[in-house]
Amino acid sequence: MNPRYVPLAATVAIFLAAYALCFLQYPNMLSTRVIGNLLTDNAFLGIAAVGMTFVILSGGIDLSIGSVIAFTGVFIAVVLENTGLHPLVVFVLALGIATLFGGLMGAIIHHLEMPPFIVTLAGMFLARGMAFVLSIDSVPIKHPFYAVMKGFYYRLPGGGRITLIGGLMLLVFVVGILIAHRTRFGANVYALGGGAQTARLMGVPVARTTIEIYALSGFLAGLSGIVFSLYTSAGYSLSAVGVELDAIAAVVIGGTLLTGGSGFVGGTLIGILIMGLIQTYITFDGSLSSWWTKILIGLLLFGFILLQKGFLYLSKNKRRFA
Amino acid sequence: MNALKSHLLRLAPQIVVLIAVVLLISLAFPDFLTLQMQNGRIYGSLIDVLNRGAPVALLAIGMTIVIATRGIDLSVGAVMAICGAVAAASITSGHSLVYTLALALAVGMLCGLWNGILVAVLDIQPIIATLVLMVAGRGIAQLITEGAILTFNDAGLIFIGSGSFLGLPMPVVIWLVFGIAITLLVRRTALGMLVEALGINRRASTLSGVSTGVLLIAAYILSGLCAAIAGIIAAADIKGADANNAGLWLELDAILAVVVGGNSLLGGRFSIAASLLGAMIIQAINTGILLSGFPPEFNLIIKAAIIVLILVVQSPRVRDLLAWFGRSASREAAVKQEVK
Amino acid sequence: MQGNDDIILSATGIEKVFPGAKALNNVNFQLRRGEVHALLGENGAGKSTLVKCITGAYRRDGGKLVLDGAEIDPRDTFEAQRLGIGTVYQEVNLLPNLTVAENLFLGRQPRRFGLVDAAEMNRRARALLSGYELDVDVRTELSSCSVAVQQVVAIARAVDLSGKVLILDEPTASLDAHEVEMLFAIVRRLKSQGLGVIFITHFLEQVYAICDRITVLRNGQLVGTRDAAALPRRELIAMMLGRELGDEIKQAGNAQASEGAVRYRFRGYGRKGHIAPFDLEVRKGEVVGVAGLLGSGRTETAEILFGAEKADSGTAEVDGKPIDISSPRTAIRHRFGFCPEDRKTDGIIGDLSVRENIALALQARRGWARPISRAEQDRLADRYIAALDIRTSDREKPIRLLSGGNQQKAILARWLATNPEFLILDEPTRGIDVGAHAEIIRLIENLCEQGMSLIVISSELDELVAYSRRVIVLRDRAHVSELVGEEVTTSHIVEAIAAADKREAGQ
Repeated sequence: MNPRYVPLAATVAIFLAAYALCFLQYPNMLSTRVIGNLLTDNAFLGIAAVGMTFVILSGGIDLSIGSVIAFTGVFIAVVLENTGLHPLVVFVLALGIATLFGGLMGAIIHHLEMPPFIVTLAGMFLARGMAFVLSIDSVPIKHPFYAVMKGFYYRLPGGGRITLIGGLMLLVFVVGILIAHRTRFGANVYALGGGAQTARLMGVPVARTTIEIYALSGFLAGLSGIVFSLYTSAGYSLSAVGVELDAIAAVVIGGTLLTGGSGFVGGTLIGILIMGLIQTYITFDGSLSSWWTKILIGLLLFGFILLQKGFLYLSKNKRRFA
Repeated sequence: MNALKSHLLRLAPQIVVLIAVVLLISLAFPDFLTLQMQNGRIYGSLIDVLNRGAPVALLAIGMTIVIATRGIDLSVGAVMAICGAVAAASITSGHSLVYTLALALAVGMLCGLWNGILVAVLDIQPIIATLVLMVAGRGIAQLITEGAILTFNDAGLIFIGSGSFLGLPMPVVIWLVFGIAITLLVRRTALGMLVEALGINRRASTLSGVSTGVLLIAAYILSGLCAAIAGIIAAADIKGADANNAGLWLELDAILAVVVGGNSLLGGRFSIAASLLGAMIIQAINTGILLSGFPPEFNLIIKAAIIVLILVVQSPRVRDLLAWFGRSASREAAVKQEVK
Repeated sequence: MQGNDDIILSATGIEKVFPGAKALNNVNFQLRRGEVHALLGENGAGKSTLVKCITGAYRRDGGKLVLDGAEIDPRDTFEAQRLGIGTVYQEVNLLPNLTVAENLFLGRQPRRFGLVDAAEMNRRARALLSGYELDVDVRTELSSCSVAVQQVVAIARAVDLSGKVLILDEPTASLDAHEVEMLFAIVRRLKSQGLGVIFITHFLEQVYAICDRITVLRNGQLVGTRDAAALPRRELIAMMLGRELGDEIKQAGNAQASEGAVRYRFRGYGRKGHIAPFDLEVRKGEVVGVAGLLGSGRTETAEILFGAEKADSGTAEVDGKPIDISSPRTAIRHRFGFCPEDRKTDGIIGDLSVRENIALALQARRGWARPISRAEQDRLADRYIAALDIRTSDREKPIRLLSGGNQQKAILARWLATNPEFLILDEPTRGIDVGAHAEIIRLIENLCEQGMSLIVISSELDELVAYSRRVIVLRDRAHVSELVGEEVTTSHIVEAIAAADKREAGQ
């Protein structure tokens, strides 16, 4: 098998094995109801994780997405409360701000030659700070359009529902896969992750691509914020804390190399589902405590990092003694 | 004498900024500078700054060394939660104070050892290696406290959080003493120089006979120890271990303190004193905002502004630009002189 | 052979100055259509600087470039590429994580309805590679291809993008004989298509196997351009190393070196993939020179002796007692010292002061708990700054601000401060000015007189001859011969390198 597929195969195998184990213990877990909930509950995380996948594929990291989600939610809630604008208009505004914000961070990363970690850390503080400036309290969203949107769903046989936001997440993944593998921008993202210096020598527009990557991540974080506001019907500046960590974990568990250059957007979806499955299992079990989620995710993270390290080591040795 | 002068020169920007921040706040709130003596203990906003800033100051000590080795430790917040939980669990199950403290410190160092082995032996990037414990650590802490806030009423342990010594709150005494002790340890021995050499050029250091692997692991162990002390203080302060919130996001504040202290994120030359001043600058701003009646959340925007400012100042591009301006300025001066 | 006027690329009077050094001095170079032209010289001779001036990676400080009759002035490698000059480096400049086809078409992928048409791209990639007789699935990731295939892909991309001149910068360094033959078949075909090929290598038999003409550079100067067929191997090596043949004068001063007891004995010492097992004996107060062309295993020998690379065969002894040197630390414990060839990455700690750089190895050996006091460090630094004449405004200056020669002396001082008994110097005089040159040679002789054992690796043969009692000649990562006493002359060394070369070529 092509070695680039091994981490992805491991992810899929783990997911199937875990689901099989869950099913053996709780046959109910194979219902469309559970699957539909799995998609709905993880929609905002999944959408944000697609952006994170691109950032990590390019060899960077984006710590700001949790804060951008919170900011978008508060922004929407406050604007809807205080103006007569239609939610769709507000969505466009919010997405514009989030995209600009991401692009600005990309520009700073490239032009000031600063590590993405620290630049997006500043972005994380700034976005959450702006959310607080808009409102410190949780602002409920009562616009009738929200109820309409929540009413959209596709009924699966067996009573499960693919909600609007669950469906949107799947759509984002499909578009993300297309962008990653079927556009020049996608190829440039992989090229940057393979080596920024070499990519530059091969003619990749490094500045433009870097800015676009972080703008895309910002855009998807904004979209995730919209989804989150639909999910919770409120905007709260303290929400979505630490989502960036969950997203990073999903990307790595999805088989993407944290050092960049190798991985699949589709893998991230499996990563999200594995994490959601752990949570669902703990809910089903009832006696297990929620902290096992974090510990298990940490262990999975460690396992995948070791797996990737092992592959790098093997391929280096193979080349040396070839 | 010369060494002292160059040291003060190194710390000058941080000292100036700290003084400026304090002056600015006291202009708006003259009470800020007032100190009172009550029951043999000093009270006042300045003491408050020192006290509230204790956890970040402690974390910044370890973080300074780790960053000097060209690394980073994202797990310190989670390690704080673990160690606070361990201390609370140990004291509530009837162990002695000494045993409890030793256990919590040992657990912190064990966490550091784990990180150090991942970085030095398995050669995993520090940011990735320490991410594992950052994610899992809080779960481990919750496992220990079983999800609840584990409260205790052992007078000895509480004293660490709210007692006082020589008129100063215990947390202040602890971070000052620990900071001075670690500074002496690295500067009175050769450790400081060896760590700097390792951070600047690991390969050349290894070729010169420096045990770079051992030093790296030691740096992460120190960081774990600092997190353990900070965790004990945080737990003692609220008389309980809160696995959810103890040390939450403090790793970022600690990194910020190191950066505000003028230490390069790319490793090498470091100053613990400067990082501690950085931690106090951050805390003074926090307190100032609190006093001014702004919501404390404004801190975040100020922190973001500080990072951007430092980024711009440290950026190689901007530095080149400044150097260019400097050169052309001196060239102009030279031309003017020739004209005369 | 084509006429002289069929010149595709001509560089005249090229000058390049780096701070403190003239890298190219009035160099002329002409490339004909349909020829393979070797560009030869030792490290620092100016080969890569010349190539970079041609490809626009460096801005030249003087001279003229004419491509295909028109004067050109490429500002960067992209412009050179558009004009028709493509380059392939030893370190394959492609992305290992992309597929072969993606590497060939990065940035110019065929698109349909705005999306990359992968099928079309793979088809075109197959068509492009069909001219190279390459049996590879264009959909595989580049990293899972052999280095040879990667090189061919790089060549295919460069030729496809440029198409007039192809520069091959040490493309064969990590290929085996069969792969080299495959690469040469491709180069011959490109040549027959009228491409001009500049070929940089340090494998002389490859030069004779494929090149029509040879240009030799030394110390930034043009030594000469000759037809390969009319240039005997010995003469070529003499051109590269700067020795006239018949220069048999044995330098005085080393013939009477003592016949003391053997102090250091290495038997069957080696490491797979680095250096073939060798035997080596070094006496007290003796300088053993190591000669060989670039890539012959000189630096590998030094690294394995110092424990920077672990030996996987053989034994090491000091005074008859077996010792273990599995790391630099253990080597230093046995009073070894090592000045590496690459000062920047392996030697200096750039941001630390001259004082700290000098004290580092001694401090590391004493352990962290026994610091060298500041006063002692100052004394140490001052002593060596004076003794070795290290030019620095003061001892607290960061060492990266010093010139190369002074950095080299500071690293020497770092080791001398540890009182070593066995010192390994890898190219101690490379890239430093003439004055410092002479001082370092004098220092080597002094140390030897004081009873230190030294191994000195150098491509400056007259230097080696001046201070070595014995010279080991390396070739192809193996020790091939040893010259002792009266045999140590520059022409003997040149002959030994060439002879080994011939024997290899004759196999």
